[in-house]
Amino acid sequence: MPSPGETVPFLDPLPGRSGLTSWIFSTDHKRIGMLYLWCILTMFAVGVAIGVLMRLELIAPGRTIMGAQAYNAMFTLHGVVMVFLFVIPGIPAAFGNILLPLQIGAEDVSFPRLNIFSWWLYLTGAVLAVTSLFTGGGPPDTGWTFYVPFSERTTTNVSLAVVAVFILGFSSILTGLNFITTIHRLRAPQMSWGKLPLFVWSLYATAWIQLLATPVLGVTVALVFIERLLGIGLFDPAKGGDPLLYQHLFWIYSHPAVYIMIVPAMGVVSEIIPAFDRKSIFGYKAIAVSSLAIAFAGSLVWAHHMFTSGMSDTAVLVFSFLTFVVAIPSAIKVFNWVATLYKGSIYLEPPLLFALGFIFLFSVGGLTGLVLGSAGTDIHVHDTYFVVAHFHYVIFGGTGFGLFAAMHFWFPKIFGRMYDRKLANASWYLLIGGFNMLYFPMFLIGLMGMPRRYYDYLPMYQTGHMISTAGSWVLVAGLVTMFWGLSKCLRGPRTVGRNPWGAATLEWTLPSPPPHLTFLDPPDEVPSPYSYAGVKRDA
Amino acid sequence: MHEPHKDYLGDKFGMWLFLFTEILLFGGLFLLYAIYLHRYPAEFHQGGLELSRIFGAANTVVLITSSFTVALAISALQQGRRGLCQGLLAATIALAGVFMVNKYFEWSAKIAHGIYPGSSEMAQAGGTNIFFGLYYVMTGAHGLHVVIGAAILGFCMLRIGQGRVTAEDFGLLENGGLYWHLVDLVWIFLFPLFYLIS
Repeated sequence: MPSPGETVPFLDPLPGRSGLTSWIFSTDHKRIGMLYLWCILTMFAVGVAIGVLMRLELIAPGRTIMGAQAYNAMFTLHGVVMVFLFVIPGIPAAFGNILLPLQIGAEDVSFPRLNIFSWWLYLTGAVLAVTSLFTGGGPPDTGWTFYVPFSERTTTNVSLAVVAVFILGFSSILTGLNFITTIHRLRAPQMSWGKLPLFVWSLYATAWIQLLATPVLGVTVALVFIERLLGIGLFDPAKGGDPLLYQHLFWIYSHPAVYIMIVPAMGVVSEIIPAFDRKSIFGYKAIAVSSLAIAFAGSLVWAHHMFTSGMSDTAVLVFSFLTFVVAIPSAIKVFNWVATLYKGSIYLEPPLLFALGFIFLFSVGGLTGLVLGSAGTDIHVHDTYFVVAHFHYVIFGGTGFGLFAAMHFWFPKIFGRMYDRKLANASWYLLIGGFNMLYFPMFLIGLMGMPRRYYDYLPMYQTGHMISTAGSWVLVAGLVTMFWGLSKCLRGPRTVGRNPWGAATLEWTLPSPPPHLTFLDPPDEVPSPYSYAGVKRDA
Repeated sequence: MHEPHKDYLGDKFGMWLFLFTEILLFGGLFLLYAIYLHRYPAEFHQGGLELSRIFGAANTVVLITSSFTVALAISALQQGRRGLCQGLLAATIALAGVFMVNKYFEWSAKIAHGIYPGSSEMAQAGGTNIFFGLYYVMTGAHGLHVVIGAAILGFCMLRIGQGRVTAEDFGLLENGGLYWHLVDLVWIFLFPLFYLIS
């Protein structure tokens, strides 16, 4: 006789344990993943709202709806909220938590209590970050990079914001630690490294970056805090310090961090493409190893953010070369995905649409990254809208679309219901159109010399800014459509079977939604994750 | 009934990963130290002369001894000698206290001489300011870890007293001991870099 935990879906309360506390103190990886999901989507809404306001300010030259100081606070908040509260925890902490143990046939992560502790740290960091807006000397106005010497001198509430970042970093480290240990120790006996789903490989590579890079950010923002408190002067030239060292320490974390953002999304795409293509993934080993290669090479390129900061020419050349090296494993993935699509039997469902959107937008973002990575051209476009466009193509077009793909792909697994397919398709067209309308003009005005982080501009840039602002409205319409299409299907009877897509990884062998307790005993048979022979759809 | 999953190796694995993150956290500070030493060799030499080697050496002996007592405590628990284990842990925590008291006297003496961040003497003095700035930040960060480590060992004592950590299930104490050795190890590097640099 199975216990209720083995039959009741994890979204529903167990007998005698219900209400809010059964969520916020839960040690179940699925529930913790859902907590993260709701939090990051809330933070995404905040970040989008700020972004739309910034675009509105930029619709015409001069002051439109806000002044310079308010605009400075806006782009700082947009960066901090989007980077630290949405994108970095986005896919790994939400979908990673829900799916990692399911995909490797484990009961839970290695340290379930540490897992819920990480979420509490995340929540604390989020609350502090939001509090920093309304307390002290006003919202931080340094940009999300907290560059010295300004971050040490500004009277705005940078101190609280860096404390929030420190705590969020701690949360990220503990999640990474948990995932690495889980993947090493809790794989089902037959789940060899060569049978790991590629999403798990991407989480593994991501977790190592989280673990090894984040402590450096921790100590760096701690130093900013100490400098503001005590004024030691470790980065202050007047007191013998060197501000460039801050930039080095900051980017030693923050460049690898963009791979924390993008690699899990690549893992999602690697799951979706073969599933909607009815064809085994092309180059499994190459994709798995390229995740690790990105993690490794990506840790050696940080100073390409500093070509105009006054480094030696030798350093510029070395970091420029290493930056080109990172392009190789990224390209390996793209080519393998395309090769997987070739001669596949393609079902153009929304998850695949979003995955294809990822490939296209990420390619644009990745290739324009080379323009920034080569030292000569970077001098021209550094700190212009070209950088803004590049970054948004990679992170919003990449990670954002990866997250949307994941939301549609695993929606039926998590909720046991199907999303509204028509709205999902419509939202994709709006999103991809709005996205390009919003960000592509930024490449052009960036090349023309429009500097980033200004609330005002010369009239020559107005056309580009106007198109871009109009694009932001289309994009928001797409987001509203997409979330409407998902949320209207959160109610009603659960009709979806175990495997609506006919995918071959282990989570699809479980009921939708999975029960509270899964894989109490590891599965007896672990099939190859992308071999579709004999896999039946169960819609 | 489903048995709770106990993974001794996994627990140790996770702890070692956490220790890596601690090393990287200090690594950022050591990196700053290396670069500033390269830039200000004379000032670092002069600064090192002003630190008390007696205090520094005494604290080094205190910490190494405490690492020894914590190692003995783990062995004692594994042999089932619970009282001895708790006595050794208490000794370790006491040694941590001695270290912090030493540190307090050392810092107070420096501050009394006008050597502290933001003091009028320091602000002008370029390399010297950086040397003592790093001294306060790095030994301060280390001191914080001594306090946290002592608290962790105190928690282990509590769990041993409750019978939750035993001769058969000693992973928590071992991990606490690992953390304590890390605290010790960081000091082994800090001591020569600041006190013996001259």
